[in-house]
Amino acid sequence: MNWSELLSAPLAFKMLAAAAVVFAIGAVALKNVFHCALSLAAMFFALSGVFVLLDADFLAVVQILVYVGAIVVLMIFAIVLTERITSASVRQTNYLVIPGVLLCIALLAGLVSVIRASSWPSLESGPQQDTIKIIGRQLLSTHVEAFEVASVLLLAALVGAVFLGKEITRK
Amino acid sequence: MFLDYLYAAGFAIAGFIFLLLALWVGALVQPKDPSGRKLTTYECGEIPVGQPWSQFNIRFYVFALSFVIFDIETIFLVPWAVVFKDVGVVGYVEMAVFVSVLLLGLAYAWRKGALKWAL
Repeated sequence: MNWSELLSAPLAFKMLAAAAVVFAIGAVALKNVFHCALSLAAMFFALSGVFVLLDADFLAVVQILVYVGAIVVLMIFAIVLTERITSASVRQTNYLVIPGVLLCIALLAGLVSVIRASSWPSLESGPQQDTIKIIGRQLLSTHVEAFEVASVLLLAALVGAVFLGKEITRK
Repeated sequence: MFLDYLYAAGFAIAGFIFLLLALWVGALVQPKDPSGRKLTTYECGEIPVGQPWSQFNIRFYVFALSFVIFDIETIFLVPWAVVFKDVGVVGYVEMAVFVSVLLLGLAYAWRKGALKWAL
């Protein structure tokens, strides 16, 4: 990948990517914590649009269904469950801002070097038609172990949620 | 594929236009007389009690967490359901194992009384 390829990316992609970055900044920088959650939801919508442009239609739907429909709702639940946090504007200053920025720059440099070093095989046949069928077959044949392990992971999360609920209600 | 996206975009745009149209027509015909009780918060005709931001019951959070987990299970069910006829018995058994592991979690939640709305 080189910079000229980045410049020739479709305008829609650039706009969605820019929107995702702006909303992501909003999610960490806005004063009202409820607005932060809404900004995060908008960021996930923009990201879903990016997935659509990359011909990952199933992933785009999952992005909206799980991240906007469940994760952000969970965050909003956490906000409304917390006493007197919604109306108060939170001070968005962080004493670890300098190490944080340094860490982010290091991460970005690492990612860029990996992205530029690796060769990206391009699909000869063009976009696939029935991505969901391909995903379904791969999930049940090639990636069946990962698929079954995912159920154990979800089980662990469910047991954790139940345990957390018991602890909270006991207090 | 492009037509499918156009179809989905059509729904999104039509929904947005429907919303704007409803608000616009409402603004055209409604009488505007903001006074007295009309300025209070609408709570299905009841007189509003307390602050608009009240602390919700913490029980909601456990249900929301369980919802996220079963939401993700649904995501796995959809591609399996699409190829159900092709993958045959093997795919059926694989999904049965997946669902039964999660059922174990549901049984645990039930056994521990997490599904009860105890205050």
